[in-house]
Amino acid sequence: MKKLVMVLLVLSVGVTMAFASGAGEQAAGPETLVVGQIAEPKSLDPHTVTAVNDFRILVNIYDGLVRFQDGSLGIEPSLATDWEISDDGTVYTFHLREDVTFHDGTPFNAEAVKFNFDRMLNEDHPYYNTGPFPLSFYFSAIQETRVVDEYTVQLVLGEPFAPLMSNLAYPTGLIVSPSAVREYGEDYGRHPVGTGPYQFVEWESNTQVTVEANPDYWGPAAGVDQIVFRPITDSNTRVTEMLSGGLDLMVEVPPDSVQVFEQRDEFTVYEQAGPHLWFLILNMREGPFTSKAMRQAVNYAIDKEGLVENVLQGTATVADSPIPPAFDWAYNEDLDPYPYDPARAEELIQEAGYNGEEIVFYVTEGGSGMLDPVPMGTAIQADLEAVGLNVSIETYEWNTFLGRVNPGLEGKADMAEMAWMTNDPDTLPFLALRTEAWPENGGFNSGYYSNPEVDRLLAQARTSSDRSERADLYRQVQEIVYDDAPWVFVANWQQNAVAVSDLKNFRLQPSFLLQLGQVSFD
Amino acid sequence: MHRYIIKRLILMIPVLLGISIIVFFIMALIPGDAAQAILGSFATPENVARLRAELGLDKPLVQRYFIWLGNIVQGDFGRSYSLDRPVIDEVLDRLGPTMLLAGTSLILASILGMFAGIVAAIKQFGWQDAAFTFVVLIGISTPSFWLGLMFVLLFSLQLGWFPVSGMTAVVGGGGFLDVVRHLVLPSVTLAVVATGVIARLTRSTMLEVLRRDFVRSARAKGLPERTVIMKHAFRNALVNIIPVLGIQAGFVIGGAVYIETVFQWPGIGRMLVNAILTRDVLLVQGGVVVVAAIYVVINLMADVLQHVLDPRISV
Repeated sequence: MKKLVMVLLVLSVGVTMAFASGAGEQAAGPETLVVGQIAEPKSLDPHTVTAVNDFRILVNIYDGLVRFQDGSLGIEPSLATDWEISDDGTVYTFHLREDVTFHDGTPFNAEAVKFNFDRMLNEDHPYYNTGPFPLSFYFSAIQETRVVDEYTVQLVLGEPFAPLMSNLAYPTGLIVSPSAVREYGEDYGRHPVGTGPYQFVEWESNTQVTVEANPDYWGPAAGVDQIVFRPITDSNTRVTEMLSGGLDLMVEVPPDSVQVFEQRDEFTVYEQAGPHLWFLILNMREGPFTSKAMRQAVNYAIDKEGLVENVLQGTATVADSPIPPAFDWAYNEDLDPYPYDPARAEELIQEAGYNGEEIVFYVTEGGSGMLDPVPMGTAIQADLEAVGLNVSIETYEWNTFLGRVNPGLEGKADMAEMAWMTNDPDTLPFLALRTEAWPENGGFNSGYYSNPEVDRLLAQARTSSDRSERADLYRQVQEIVYDDAPWVFVANWQQNAVAVSDLKNFRLQPSFLLQLGQVSFD
Repeated sequence: MHRYIIKRLILMIPVLLGISIIVFFIMALIPGDAAQAILGSFATPENVARLRAELGLDKPLVQRYFIWLGNIVQGDFGRSYSLDRPVIDEVLDRLGPTMLLAGTSLILASILGMFAGIVAAIKQFGWQDAAFTFVVLIGISTPSFWLGLMFVLLFSLQLGWFPVSGMTAVVGGGGFLDVVRHLVLPSVTLAVVATGVIARLTRSTMLEVLRRDFVRSARAKGLPERTVIMKHAFRNALVNIIPVLGIQAGFVIGGAVYIETVFQWPGIGRMLVNAILTRDVLLVQGGVVVVAAIYVVINLMADVLQHVLDPRISV
């Protein structure tokens, strides 16, 4: 009994001491920004990952040849000071900065750039086995990377490919240190070495990734001494940590909690629409949606305002075309979303001669960029049943869902939910609306849309290196696709974040990347 | 005794083999394809097929099982694709935090549970007994993940005594006191149910033992009441309590899965949840096999301890 009492005593003393030490948790020391992430990163090798969650860390450790401008999806110089594109659009010559070294001290030069692209694209490269590189198709147009001199490098393309610059600005185009890849091999993703404003310190599994200011950064010095990225998968815990001061910045605030932060002075809420589209693919090969009237009818029948406001609670805006408004230079301002008009929908349905056949609707349980797919799916089903359509939902786990939708809807479903996040207005239409992009050709056009005019315009836009000409072509594409209605255009996601109010120079980017180079505390 | 332990160790082999079969085939039943998960939304069907072949996912299920088993026996648990590192490295990294959390909870639950059980038994039908029964009933019936959230609301957000989540402070963390501070809420939450179970069992066992003849003899000899209860009664009750502690260890490790998620504790439980969500099959399989092995060993230890306490129990 005595021993027992002793143990209890020791325990309680321990606990009390722990209280005492807890008072001033963040005393003096390096100025630290703590960021709440939604998940553990998969890897810190920019070429092997696909998730925005990972990109948020990567863009602070690495630079690419070019980058997105602050606050837009325009392109500006980064590791390359300037570039020329040959008249036929197949040779891109980049002049590189001469004052850049990687965090491991090795020089950044044309050879390093060549190493990066060869590793991703050339199956014979000695470090190709450090992949797989799921997004290397962004650069598949590159046939050869040529070192012209120490600080000049050429990307030689098989055919003109206008989205190349946007793709280079995307995190897949970030430049890694060749010597570090050679040293760590397939473990490179846990020992990242770049040229960015922050350099890697350590990665404690499922606890935190720590980076510190790079004292030799070629650009403006980093705004804080170090940044800690904490993976907090549970959104309630993330909110509680933010409220209790355990985080300085958190991304992807659950809609229910946004108001809590808005009401308090010590927090600032940020919102930014991005290049995201949430839509329904309609099966145009068979069934009711072979009829254009039916496809337009479902566009009229779904109350998108209602979905955005009630289901997504204002974390998205209503979409109207395959190109999100975030691509301000290519977006067609003249289009308005299909209005919510059930009467018009019923007329069109009658015109199409629909007689109650079952419409199979694929819904996913969750997934990258899918927002709230199940409540969205049931709300859509209700809207469609209100105009007399017989919709039955089939729900699948995300990877199973992709495994069923990507090979094409034929023989399986009449419509399916889908969402894409892209970096160039070309990407989504090119991969998912062209005739050449039907699933049997390895594309993502799972609803078998085909319009020769759209095919022609997209091909032309891809080979044109004049931006205003490209913009004009994309506007035409949007008009045609809007009218053909191969999809139901539903929502463009607005990314949000909460930061403590004394965090300065922070803004969300339309690219959804989290650039923290210049943020600082008051 | 040695023979007994060796026999039990050998018996572990079929148990673990059975577990490996169950885990492997359950994971094979879960919808979702690892190749698809690795390549993400941009995967074309051909790329998925190619990666499936590379990963050996196109081979028959039974053949895959034996390949996997053969590798495990040689200590190769494979490579986690979602974390891009060897499964065994990840599991070993996570084992420490889970053992710390589960161990603390179990010790806490044992001490509090036995103490409460003894008091309630001695004061049967007294107010202590009634209060104890009430508290224990609430403890057993409260879902721990909810209790965890309530603790966070009260002790972290309102009072600010303990951190909301994690195992160490973000900056300059990792010291002993820092870990203790982070440990309090999750370990108490996790201990609540086990405390209740242990307390109830202790109470009923003690009540039974207290009525036995040798207790009466001890009292008749004029031994002090404290000696009667601790040396004679409790020692005998322990024989029945120890195996239950072994089983509770299993529940505590199992309960760690959601407690670790609520408190973002960097242990095996949270690793398993993430691994299941990302269809990281090798990581799930490796993690479950290791946890199961630990559970089996703990139960073996409980049985051995029971044997030490009461050599009459046949082995």
